[in-house]
Amino acid sequence: MTAWLKDRAAIVGIGQTEFSKASGRTELQLACEAVKAALDDAGLRPSDVDGLVTFTMDTSDEIEVARNLGIPHLSMFSRIPYGGGAAAGTVLHAAMAVATGVADVVVCYRAFNERSGFRFGDTGSVLGGGLPLWLSWYAPYGLLTPASWVALHARRYMHTYGVTNEHFGAIAVVDRHHAATNPDAWFYQRPITLADHQASRWIVEPVLRLLDCCQESDGGAALVITTADRARDLAHRPALITAAAQGAGGDGEMMTSYYRDDLTGLPEMGVVAQQLWKASGLRPSHITTAFLYDHFTPFVLMQLEELGFCGRGEAKDFATVENLSIGGVLPINTNGGLLGEAYLHGMNGITESVRQIRGTACNQVPDVEHILVTAGTGVPTSGLILSPSA
Amino acid sequence: MSRIEPSMSPDTAFFWEGVAQGRLLVQRCGGCDALRHPPRPMCPACNSLAWDPYETTGRGQVYSFVMPRHPRYPGFDDPHIAVLVELEEGLRLVSNLGEVEPEDVTIGMPVEVFYATFEGGIVLPQFRPAAPT
Repeated sequence: MTAWLKDRAAIVGIGQTEFSKASGRTELQLACEAVKAALDDAGLRPSDVDGLVTFTMDTSDEIEVARNLGIPHLSMFSRIPYGGGAAAGTVLHAAMAVATGVADVVVCYRAFNERSGFRFGDTGSVLGGGLPLWLSWYAPYGLLTPASWVALHARRYMHTYGVTNEHFGAIAVVDRHHAATNPDAWFYQRPITLADHQASRWIVEPVLRLLDCCQESDGGAALVITTADRARDLAHRPALITAAAQGAGGDGEMMTSYYRDDLTGLPEMGVVAQQLWKASGLRPSHITTAFLYDHFTPFVLMQLEELGFCGRGEAKDFATVENLSIGGVLPINTNGGLLGEAYLHGMNGITESVRQIRGTACNQVPDVEHILVTAGTGVPTSGLILSPSA
Repeated sequence: MSRIEPSMSPDTAFFWEGVAQGRLLVQRCGGCDALRHPPRPMCPACNSLAWDPYETTGRGQVYSFVMPRHPRYPGFDDPHIAVLVELEEGLRLVSNLGEVEPEDVTIGMPVEVFYATFEGGIVLPQFRPAAPT
């Protein structure tokens, strides 16, 4: 990516439903609610929208969302693959569309009943209809869930750098501490200690305990993107898209990239990081706060290394509760993250980043200059740097 | 003991046919002789579409291993060991470790393939500790 896109587009509206374990309504309704909330937040009408972007995994068709909202026509729509790796990618595609004039106002959305409906790693549905080809190398051996795929990768990282499960506990403690003071969070008012983390049961031994794994959630979130010029006339302080990037590494698979030279990094995130720093002209020390995708805690440590916040193998010492909490050198996941707030496939990290830029977050970080957001890890992914001013 | 039956495509069927005959096969590129696994149509080194099955020694070492504990699946001991093996030929593949207790497994430990038949006649390659070569 070149720096051409820098600060040309902005996130001007955010919307979300409540985050629950059983929404009691369809995924399409959740999507419509989130999109409407985001447009209301931006002070725009459905008739202003001419682009929609979502995840390939989303079940709500663009034309159905448009029909429900009363969006008269769409001139741009695209979908981003690879699960939670899509989150920031939706914003990249929207920013490209508005910056080039292909569209004027693009809404990115993601809505699902991931807890009350189809649950990722639900073996019942896998067993019923024959294995997908790629899963045939793993499922017959008992590797059937995202947790198990991630753990086999992370174990090699632990072995290489002397990392233990206790090191991962810091991420869970920070996330749950932030969630405890966020009324939108599922784990509002329910912080945990490292002792709680260490007492939680093994999901995949000796890598992941229960409290290393994010929750499963029902809900929807949406973002409104338009040009920086138009953003200046709208309701809120815009969150300028300083940089946005997608990334896939070589010789990768969706979540089982076991065949590369070494398994101690996340090359997809390295591809994203390189573009973000180059396009923005920024360095890790310029980041005030970050949302680091936290479906499983080990990959938060590996992200810190890929993004350059610390050196290879140093995350176990860098990722302390003190460093990653508000007041620390790099406060992360101030909404509680996927572990503490909700598993909205990374979109709730983007909504939280916009609140941080506006100064309206529950756990507000003072003097925000630049925010880094990452999307799903262990999969082809994406990332953003957002800023309050150019 | 039941296991989930693997799916196959024309690119991958040779691997499972080999397993059924007690042979651990990978692809060898017809253009540059590079070995590859999991199977796929094209060689990433030379882009040749030509390949033939190559029988590995079935020996290697533990590259990574974990014990999935939750959710439980029928057909698996608890705990069971999922292993990423690095074969002598330099390729990796996922399997299970048997004939060993989890506390006795170490990364780098030498292992060798054996074949287990599960309910419905499903044959899978499995690994067990081997004497160092």
